[in-house]
Amino acid sequence: MPAFDLATTPIRDLNQALHAIGQGANDRSFEVRNPRGSHAVAVGCAAPVTVTVHGPVGYYCGGMNAAAEIVIHGSAGPGVGENMMSGRIIVEGDASQYAGATGRGGLLVIKGNASSRCGISMKGIDIVVGGNIGHMSAFMGQSGHLVVFGDAGEALGDSLYEAKLFVRGKVKSLGADCVEKEMRPEHLTTLDRLLSDAGMSGARPEEFRRYGSARRLYNFNIDNADAY
Amino acid sequence: MCGIVGLFLKDRALEDRLGALLSDMLVTMTDRGPDSAGIAIYGDAVAGRSKVTFQADAPSTAFADLEALARKVAGESASVRIKDTHAVVELATSAVDALRDALQAAPQGFRIMSTGETIEIYKETGLPKEVVSRFDIRTMRGTHGIGHTRMATESAVTTLGAHPFSTGPDQCLVHNGSLSNHNNLRRELSRAGIRFETENDSEVAAAYLTARMKEGRNLGEALEAGLADLDGFFTFVVGTRTGFGVLRDPIACKPAVMAETRQYVAFGSEYRALVGLPGIDDARVWEPEPASVYFWDRSAAAGSALAA
Repeated sequence: MPAFDLATTPIRDLNQALHAIGQGANDRSFEVRNPRGSHAVAVGCAAPVTVTVHGPVGYYCGGMNAAAEIVIHGSAGPGVGENMMSGRIIVEGDASQYAGATGRGGLLVIKGNASSRCGISMKGIDIVVGGNIGHMSAFMGQSGHLVVFGDAGEALGDSLYEAKLFVRGKVKSLGADCVEKEMRPEHLTTLDRLLSDAGMSGARPEEFRRYGSARRLYNFNIDNADAY
Repeated sequence: MCGIVGLFLKDRALEDRLGALLSDMLVTMTDRGPDSAGIAIYGDAVAGRSKVTFQADAPSTAFADLEALARKVAGESASVRIKDTHAVVELATSAVDALRDALQAAPQGFRIMSTGETIEIYKETGLPKEVVSRFDIRTMRGTHGIGHTRMATESAVTTLGAHPFSTGPDQCLVHNGSLSNHNNLRRELSRAGIRFETENDSEVAAAYLTARMKEGRNLGEALEAGLADLDGFFTFVVGTRTGFGVLRDPIACKPAVMAETRQYVAFGSEYRALVGLPGIDDARVWEPEPASVYFWDRSAAAGSALAA
């Protein structure tokens, strides 16, 4: 099992080792110690490996992830899982701004709180947050799911496209064109699957409320011309 | 970008290590801004005495003049301690205004960086590690301090444009961000009698808080008022003789991490800045909320915090 101590090993050595994994490689379980807030830990993993990080990470951990499972035993700085394509990232602690921003696929689980702009411009990623999320989350979200056990901050889902938002707690305010929607059986099924995939128990799908786009901002409306 | 750090000690046992801890925090933030760096340290107070920190571009000649001026204004009890391009004059608090007036009447080759009972400010262009070593910051003791490493956006890379900015006795501010209404505010504050040394937006923020505190508000209340009057992006860390405050604008895109233990409250632009602090693994670590004032005061009961 490859192990990297970032107190003594440059971050590039870790990332190059992760990028060099070829087909048929047997060492697929990486341990990372002493990240001490380092930037870009395990970015761009394209092979199905497991990366276990012991401690808090800085900017962009697991960015562009494809196929890897990354578990962070600590908190994550801004942009964890940014633009991830597939695979799974689990943050045992809190996450800073824009977690999962522009993500195209895969599952990002944050067991603590996420900060502002969680899932901004999400394009297919599923994000499950055990705590609260900050303001402007899921801004311009295009597809994928954002599930929040706690509360959401101001302007949730502003200018939303087709990302689906599920919040169990209070929503401080909804952004432009984001509305509460009926929770139909298919949504409960989806939510049940997401909670199960995320390994997050302690809440039933029926406890959540669904929010989505009112679809009034999709196209330019001539009646709004005066506003520009 | 810019990198900012702050450390407010609750445990007196750490006071000897303040300069060393803060230096390490600031040097870790070097890659957030390589243009200039500065540190404010709040040291020990001596009853009836004040410190005035000066900076000179040509210290070898300027500080001989400074020594003569200080003794002329404040008598033989005035002392001058020279550290590279900076010098700290210690003198009777009652003589500070006279020294300032004398300097204003006949400008010299040195400039005031800060005045106060405990504050000393050291700032220069260059990397944090150079600035920290030039001024021997690591050996400094104190109760609290703040530091800044700058990526200049709003004004020139000069010593005066470096942070922290001090616009009132024992007050200072560091800023990550950019203000959009600083020209208007500067005009208003100028009319109210405040003098500005630079074209820098962050100096306006410092002067704004000084003006509010002059009206009788405490640091927490001044920061609260700033939320209504300051427009733009900001994460501020602010020090007063006994207080330590943090404020982020409502958009909160400038990063901020805080940590608190029984021994200290610490601020960093990133978690990396905090990793060398004692007991950090067991600290309460959180991201300060947008548009919320965080404020600690040494004169309050140890460990109590007002987080609005």
